[in-house]
Amino acid sequence: MEDMYREIILDHAKNPRHAGILESADIECEEHNPLCGDRLHLTMRVDENDRITDVAWDGDGCAISQAAASMLGEEIIGKTLDEVRHIDKERILEMIGIPLSMNRVKCALLSLKVLKIGAYGLAEWRKSEDEEEDI
Amino acid sequence: MSTTHRAFPYDIDRARADFPILNQEHHPGTPLIYLDNAASSQKPLSVIETLDDYYRRYNANVHRGIHKLSEEATVAYEAARVKVRKFINAGSKREVIFTRGTTESINLVANSWGRANLKPGDVVLSTVMEHHSNIVPWQLLAAEKGFTLRYVPILSDGTLDMDTLRHELATQPVKFVTILHMSNVLGTVNPVAEIARLAHEYGALILVDGAQSVPHMPVDVQAIDADFLAFSGHKMVGPTGVGILYGKRDLLEAMPPWMSGGDMISRVTLEGSTWNDLPYKFEAGTPSIAQAIGLGAAVDYLTQLGMEQVQAHEHILTEYMLERLAEVPGVTLYGPQYSIDRGAVATFRFADIHPHDLAQLLDAEGIAVRAGHHCAMPLHDYLGVGATARASVYLYNTPVEIDALIEGLYKAKKVFAG
Ligand SMILES: Cc1ncc(COP(=O)(O)O)c(C=O)c1O
Repeated sequence: MEDMYREIILDHAKNPRHAGILESADIECEEHNPLCGDRLHLTMRVDENDRITDVAWDGDGCAISQAAASMLGEEIIGKTLDEVRHIDKERILEMIGIPLSMNRVKCALLSLKVLKIGAYGLAEWRKSEDEEEDI
Repeated sequence: MSTTHRAFPYDIDRARADFPILNQEHHPGTPLIYLDNAASSQKPLSVIETLDDYYRRYNANVHRGIHKLSEEATVAYEAARVKVRKFINAGSKREVIFTRGTTESINLVANSWGRANLKPGDVVLSTVMEHHSNIVPWQLLAAEKGFTLRYVPILSDGTLDMDTLRHELATQPVKFVTILHMSNVLGTVNPVAEIARLAHEYGALILVDGAQSVPHMPVDVQAIDADFLAFSGHKMVGPTGVGILYGKRDLLEAMPPWMSGGDMISRVTLEGSTWNDLPYKFEAGTPSIAQAIGLGAAVDYLTQLGMEQVQAHEHILTEYMLERLAEVPGVTLYGPQYSIDRGAVATFRFADIHPHDLAQLLDAEGIAVRAGHHCAMPLHDYLGVGATARASVYLYNTPVEIDALIEGLYKAKKVFAG
């Protein structure tokens, strides 16, 4: 039972990094996961070179979704939009570091979904999703 | 009598052994001969056991639970979707929507795509050979939206009048073509790839009713280039209560939901709601979970046998059935007679015996056939007959069973000759 939630996940879930909403954000996006009732709202600022300067998450939901968002935020600050493009499902699951069942994977991936839809649009997210089909 | 057949592609006795229901006597001494497969097929043990296993071991709702059983049910349900995707060669599993059957799939398209896109002046083009499920939803919608429904006739050999179809497309403002792939009455196999090409050339979309084709031949949605394909699990050795709507991704994305409720939403507030991703947008409420998983097992069964093999088996058997029926004095057959591209049904009338009486007499011999209009009343009107009898075969039927049908006809004739 204790192994189910790693210390770091609980830490991120209880003290989410970059919580809040940025004023005058360049990118803004919100998505929901109906299974757990997770909600994530992303605001993000990028400089003239498309480098991510600031990220904020507003949301509520299960520890997995909120911790994944918190960790993802740390990961992407300072990178360009092009550099974060390659962050995929595997990378998120690696950060989470605990085995997730099929239903919970959706919680973990919500932040990635918000980021990708916000940064590149819905079509791009769907394409990346298709690549991992038939699992 | 049955020694002259071309080689069947697989061991029929072994296939029969997979279907427990076939191993019974109708009444003592008389085996059951099931020739009503176009109405519904029988189920192999693997499908029955899949249903049993779900209810015994992991019955739970899908997409809603974190617990083990729900997880296992969700994984199996989604695995079934992938099996169906491969079976019809859809590009994405998101294009595979679980419905209750062909009827619901067609109603979904009519009520979602149709209601959003059809307006007065538009034409929906169909054919006179459609099953009621591909007529009535469009009639209801036409009455509401004011578009026109037009029907392509058939030729005297039971095939579709392609010249008229071309002419309709060229001269009418056709926005949607809805057509069956294989007729459940005539056995006619329509050239749907060609029709899709023509429809698209004239800017129309096409729905293919695959209720009778998907169970009996390889169907590749991308090769056909169908915009929508509808079919039922129960006609393809799967359970009742589950079917499929395939739709092209971009069309489905743009379509509004039809049924609504749980599972199909992303977020609901009292002011409004946003929709879940495909395919869940079109799967409101608790789906037929056991049945969908069972359909996955049915697809496994058919895939293992091979759809080319199933089609080859049926072709030999259908040809034999049509030949033997044609030899019986007083039999009038409907539909294409000896073509290769022909489905596994034989629809006929016999002397002046009403098809219902005939079906009753055959049943006494242990032979199950269907009598009536087979949910295609407009076609029967078109053919000028009130009712017909229909024998339809599947992957487990044998020439010996056809022989029994023929003997049954002679017996029935004696009864009525008094
Ligand atoms: C050609 C055709 N279309 C549609 C249907 C309707 O299928 P279901 O009753 O499974 O919805 C049938 C089966 O009766 C059929 O033969």
